[in-house]
Amino acid sequence: MKKRSARIYYVSFLLVILGFVLYAFVKTFNENLLYYRSPTQLVNGNFPDNYIFRIGGMVEEGSLIRVSGTKKVSFNVTDFNNKVLVKYDGILPDLFREGQGVVIRGYLQNNLFVAEEVLAKHDETYMPPEVKDSLGLTEDGKYKTMESITQ
Amino acid sequence: MIIEIGYVGHFLLLLGLMNCIILLSPKVLTNSNISQEILFSASKLHFPIILISFLCLITTFVGEDYSLDYVSKNSNSSLPLIYKISAAWAGHEGSMLLWCVVSSFWMFLASMYSTNLHKRLRVNFLAIMGILNLGFLLFVVATSNPFDRNMTIPLDGNDLNPLLQDFGLIVHPPMLYMGYVGLSVVFSFAVACCFEDDFKKEWAQWIRPWVLASWAFLTLGIALGSWWAYYELGWGGWWFWDPVENASFMPWLMATALLHSVIATSERGIFKSWTILLSIFTFSLSLLGTFLVRSGILISVHSFANDPSRGVFILFMLVALIGGGLLSYALNSKKFIDDSDVRLISREGFFLLNNILLVTATFTILLGTMYPLFLDILGLEKISVGVPYYNAVFVPLMIPLILLVGYVPILLSRTSIDSQLVQLFIIFVISIFLSFIFSVQSVLFFVGIFSTVWIIANILFDFYRSSDNSVKIRRRVGMYFAHFGLAIFIIGASVSESNKIEKEFTLEIGESKKVGVFDYRFENLKEFKSANYDAVIASIIVSKDDRFITEINPEKRLYHSSDSPMTEAGINGRLDRDLYVSLGNMVSDNKWSMRIYDKPLIRLIWIGTIFMILGAIFSIRFKQSKIYE
Repeated sequence: MKKRSARIYYVSFLLVILGFVLYAFVKTFNENLLYYRSPTQLVNGNFPDNYIFRIGGMVEEGSLIRVSGTKKVSFNVTDFNNKVLVKYDGILPDLFREGQGVVIRGYLQNNLFVAEEVLAKHDETYMPPEVKDSLGLTEDGKYKTMESITQ
Repeated sequence: MIIEIGYVGHFLLLLGLMNCIILLSPKVLTNSNISQEILFSASKLHFPIILISFLCLITTFVGEDYSLDYVSKNSNSSLPLIYKISAAWAGHEGSMLLWCVVSSFWMFLASMYSTNLHKRLRVNFLAIMGILNLGFLLFVVATSNPFDRNMTIPLDGNDLNPLLQDFGLIVHPPMLYMGYVGLSVVFSFAVACCFEDDFKKEWAQWIRPWVLASWAFLTLGIALGSWWAYYELGWGGWWFWDPVENASFMPWLMATALLHSVIATSERGIFKSWTILLSIFTFSLSLLGTFLVRSGILISVHSFANDPSRGVFILFMLVALIGGGLLSYALNSKKFIDDSDVRLISREGFFLLNNILLVTATFTILLGTMYPLFLDILGLEKISVGVPYYNAVFVPLMIPLILLVGYVPILLSRTSIDSQLVQLFIIFVISIFLSFIFSVQSVLFFVGIFSTVWIIANILFDFYRSSDNSVKIRRRVGMYFAHFGLAIFIIGASVSESNKIEKEFTLEIGESKKVGVFDYRFENLKEFKSANYDAVIASIIVSKDDRFITEINPEKRLYHSSDSPMTEAGINGRLDRDLYVSLGNMVSDNKWSMRIYDKPLIRLIWIGTIFMILGAIFSIRFKQSKIYE
C-alpha cells in the first residue's frame, strides 16, 4: 500500500512538471509566431500599433528616399493594389533594389511601417514565394513587367 | 572535342541507371550465387561510373561548353578557374549529381567493407543501398539533368552567384553531402537488419564506424556552412535558425543520439529496437532536409529555381523510402524487443537520457520548421517562427544534457560521493572566479562558463586519476575529445552571444568612433579591379588608447555580371575576439554607413567543432581495430 501511494505521488509530480513544461512550451511557441501580411491586407485590416509582424511585396520604383548623411531610408512596398510606406534606420541588404521583392519585419506606427529587419531575396531570379503570392503571380514566377503594371 | 564530353557524361548517367537496375537482379530475378556476385560487383562499379560522369561535367565547365544549359547558367568565361570547377556543384542540377557521386561512393565503401557480414544480410543491405542510388539517379535524370542542352548556344554564360564564389562554398556542399548520404549506409543496414531473425550485438559494432564517420562529415559540413555565413553574409551571425540550417541540424542531433545508443547496443545488446528506429529516423530527416531545400518551398540562399515537378518527385521518394523503412521496422520490431532493466545512474541510463533530450530537441525544431509550412500548404496562414522560440526552447533542453556530459567522467571512474563533492566544489569556485575575471554580464554567460568548466574539469580529473592506466585513457580519448570540443563550443557560443557589441552607424573618411574598448578610424577608400568584379576597399585603423592595434579592410564589390553589390566583411580574427567591420553604402560624399562588431571568443565555436570531429575520428580508429582483429 505504501509503495503504491509513493508511486502515485511520483507520477502526479511528474505530470505536474510535464504539464508546466508543455504550457511554457506552447506559450513560447505562440509568442514567437510572426504573421505575414500583404500591403492590401494591411490597408484593409486593423492592426494595433507596435504589434510585430512581417510584410512583403515589391519595392516601388522611384520611391526609395535616403536621408543624406544618415543611414535612414524610406520606401514604398506595394502589391500593385495598395502600398505601404516603410521607414528603416539601418543598412539595407546588398540585394535590396527598387522593383524587387522584399520581406520586412517590423510594426505599425501612425500608418507607417517601421522596419526592424529587411530581407531581400538572395539571387536575382528568385522571389520569395510569399511575395509571389501577394502579387498573384503564376507558379513559374513569370510576372508581368513593372511597366505593364504601373501604366 | 570538348563538345562531346557532355554527351559522355550524359551517357554515363544512363549507364549508372542501368547498373543500378542490374544491381537489384538477385532481388528481382533469382537469388543465386551468380546474381549475388553481380550485385557485389555492380555495387562497386557504380562509383567509377558516376564519378567519371561528374568529372565530365567539371570538364564542360572548365572547357566553357555553353551548349549545356546548366553550364551556361552557372558559369562565365571571366570566372577564375577554381570557381569554374566548383560551379559544377553550385547550382541545383550539379549539386544533385554530386549527391549521387557521394551516394555511389558510400555504396562502394559499404560493398568493400561488408565482406565480414553473412551473405543474406549483405545482399539485403547492398540491395537497399542500390534502391537509394537508383532513386537519386532517377531524380537527376528525370528532373534535374545537368547535361540538358540549350536550344541556342549562348556566347557566354550567366555567371556564378557571387555569394557562392568563395572557398567555404567549395567545400561545404561535398562535406555536408558526405554526412547526409553516409547516414544512408546506416539506414540501409538498419532496414536490412529488420529482415533478420535476430539483431546481433556485433552488427551494432559493425555499423558504429559508419555512424561516426557520417557524423564527423555532417559536423564539418554544418560548421563550414556556419563559418561561411559568418564571414560572407556580412551580418556577423553564425546561426540563424533558418529552416535550411534546421534541416541540417535535425539529422545532426539525431545522429548524435544514434552515436550514443549504438554504443549501448554494441556493448550490452540493449536498445536494439530503438537503435534501428533511430537509424531510420536519422536518414529520414536527412531526406526531409533535402526535400525542404531542393523543392524550393523555403526562402533561402539554398533554394534554387522553383520547379514543382522536383518537389513532387522528392516528396514521392521521401514517402516511399521513409515509409518503406518504417514499415519494415514496424512489421519486424517485435523480434528485437528486450526488457532488460536500465538503472538511471549508469552508462546506459545516461545514454537513455541523452537520447530523450536530443530527440526532444529535434522535435521542437521540427515543429518550428514544419508548422509554418503546413499552415501555408493548407492555405490557412502565412507565418514564420521567430528565433527567440528556438533559443527559449533549445537552450533549456541542452542544459541537463551538458550536466550529464560533465558527469560522465565521474560516472566512469566510480569515484566516491565525498570526492565527488570536493570536485564539484572546486569546479564551482573556478567558474565563479572566471566569471569575475570576464566580469559577468548575464545568466547565459554564467551558464556557459559553468558548463565549460564543469565538462573540462571533470575530464581532467579523470585523466589525472587514471594516468597510470593507459588502456583506459586510450579507450576514452575519442569521447573526451568530442566532449571537450562541446565545452569549447559552448563557451564560444555563450560568451560571444552575451558579450558581443554590435553597432551600426555612419562614418566619414578621417572620422573615428569608439566601439567597446577600441577606436575605429575610417582612414581611406581605395578602388580595386579584379577579373570579374570591381571593388572599393576601405581602410579602418583600429587602436586602443592611441596604440595601433590593427587595420581592417572591408570591401564592397560589384560583379560585372550582376547589378547587385556584394559586401565582403573585414575581420580581424584572434583567439580572444573578432573585430568585424562590414560596409553598408555611401550615404553622402565620403561618408559610409557601416557595421562594427566586437565578438569575444567567437572563434571557439568553430574550434570546438574541430575537436568534436577529431573525437569522432579517434573513436573510429579504436573500434575498428577491435572489430577486425
